[in-house]
Amino acid sequence: MTQAVAVENLSVVFDDFKALDDVSVEVASSESFGLVGESGSGKSTLLRAIAGLAPATEGTIRVGGREVKGTRRDKAFYRAVQMVFQDPYGSLHPRQTVDRQLMEPLAVHGIGDGERRILKALDEVGLGSGFRFRYPHQLSGGQRQRIAIARALILEPSILLLDEPTSALDASVQAEVLNLLEQVRRDRKLTFIMVSHDLGVVTHMCDRLAVMQGGRVVERLSSADLVAGRIAEDYTRSLMVASGGFRREAQTA
Amino acid sequence: MSLASETRPMTRREWLLSDRPQSRLQARLGRAYMTWRRFSANRLAVLGLLILLALILVAAFADLLAPHSPFVGNLAGARLLPPGSEGYLLGTDDQGRDILSRLIHGSRLTLVVVVLVAIIAAPVGLIVGAVAGYAGGWIDAVLMRLTDIFLAFPKLVLALAFVAALGPGIENAVIAIAITSWPPYARIARAETLTVRNSDYIAAVRLMGASPARIVFRHVMPMCMSSLIVRVTLDMAGIILTAAGLGFLGLGAQPPLPEWGAMIASGRRFILDQWWVATMPGIAILIVSLGFNLLGDGLRDALDPRESGQ
Repeated sequence: MTQAVAVENLSVVFDDFKALDDVSVEVASSESFGLVGESGSGKSTLLRAIAGLAPATEGTIRVGGREVKGTRRDKAFYRAVQMVFQDPYGSLHPRQTVDRQLMEPLAVHGIGDGERRILKALDEVGLGSGFRFRYPHQLSGGQRQRIAIARALILEPSILLLDEPTSALDASVQAEVLNLLEQVRRDRKLTFIMVSHDLGVVTHMCDRLAVMQGGRVVERLSSADLVAGRIAEDYTRSLMVASGGFRREAQTA
Repeated sequence: MSLASETRPMTRREWLLSDRPQSRLQARLGRAYMTWRRFSANRLAVLGLLILLALILVAAFADLLAPHSPFVGNLAGARLLPPGSEGYLLGTDDQGRDILSRLIHGSRLTLVVVVLVAIIAAPVGLIVGAVAGYAGGWIDAVLMRLTDIFLAFPKLVLALAFVAALGPGIENAVIAIAITSWPPYARIARAETLTVRNSDYIAAVRLMGASPARIVFRHVMPMCMSSLIVRVTLDMAGIILTAAGLGFLGLGAQPPLPEWGAMIASGRRFILDQWWVATMPGIAILIVSLGFNLLGDGLRDALDPRESGQ
């Protein structure tokens, strides 16, 4: 099994705040890896550090065996790694049509044949060509997220970083988007690194996961372990209880 | 229901307001049409637009519209005639020149000043502000302190100093006004840039591997445009007044050019006995300034970035 992403002893410090503290994570190629934890546990920061959107203070990040440094990466990196953001209302440019947003990555990388690729990308995320010339404000939240996924896929990356891709969507749309992601992963043999605070989503989507708290990884386990309750850390257990949601018996007792 | 709407041909309005545009052109026109609808709902703004269009038409057809020459007067028989005199609707000045003709030709100068200042100052301010806001760090510090220096002087005084150094004349007045009017635009562009630079859609473009220049010019600047257009339009009145003020002080357009500010200055000498000589160009300045202000207010409502952003 080859490594797609390897993070070693990574720290990210913003001013005086340590967002990531000595984090090491390895993700194999074609694996789906989950990062869970409460808000502020550093899971999104880890994703952004891998993407080059947050500066690494210490430690190394390797993508596809090559070490990447700083926040500037080369074009090959951007063709291999793409990201889907949490908020579909903030991740699409409000003044650009879907067509223009999908054309932009092709233009940046000098890829021709835009017409066909855009139609194919829209088709792949389950939106017809009727959506091509719409502005984001003419789309629903789920449709926007599909466009964001199409934009990430149009460069044909091998690694997709997912920052809570469904948490801003309502439950029925969530399932649709998750199924779409499942399907593109199977079709393209993508590597996923998925951040979520929803253990249900992570166990459904991911093979292995890391539990984070306060900028550190507190436990690594497989989804099967999690489902079977083979949990070592108290924090993971409390997270699991919390993710079970509101229970009636807790109130009546 | 759906069948009926498919068979019936679309009206032009429906085509423009369609939720599912079929081409780039339709999407763009639809958006422009929505802006126009918001704009035209405001009557005063439309009045402002009409004033501006009238100014442009008058300037374009000045040669046809003006009944007399703006430069050559009738010194012997037509000095300081009051408004309504035969052949001289708005009266004549001290050199027997028809004031109406001079106003009509002066509209060209006004328009030239306004357009030149706008196309020099607005892009400079936009680029300085957007680059400073996006780059941050020392680039931001250097550019914005430079802007602060320009902002520290009163506009008219700084323009006066520049004209005094460059020499009087309408071209130098334009340059001086442009130099003094870009800093507020840089401020606005920087503020807008700061609100969008950390947004996810800019992060997404960075993740495509786009160069900083491409991000600033193609993705950040369009977000600054609406507030900038509004601000420039509202500033037009001030620009006209500054140009007129320089003309009044004798540092703008030189005689015999029929610049409105210079016309007021020359009428000042007989303002008590022949009031119309100074008043008519004053009214012209008032109307055009008002037109720009009304237009700017309407544009602010129509282009409000916070409303159309969603």
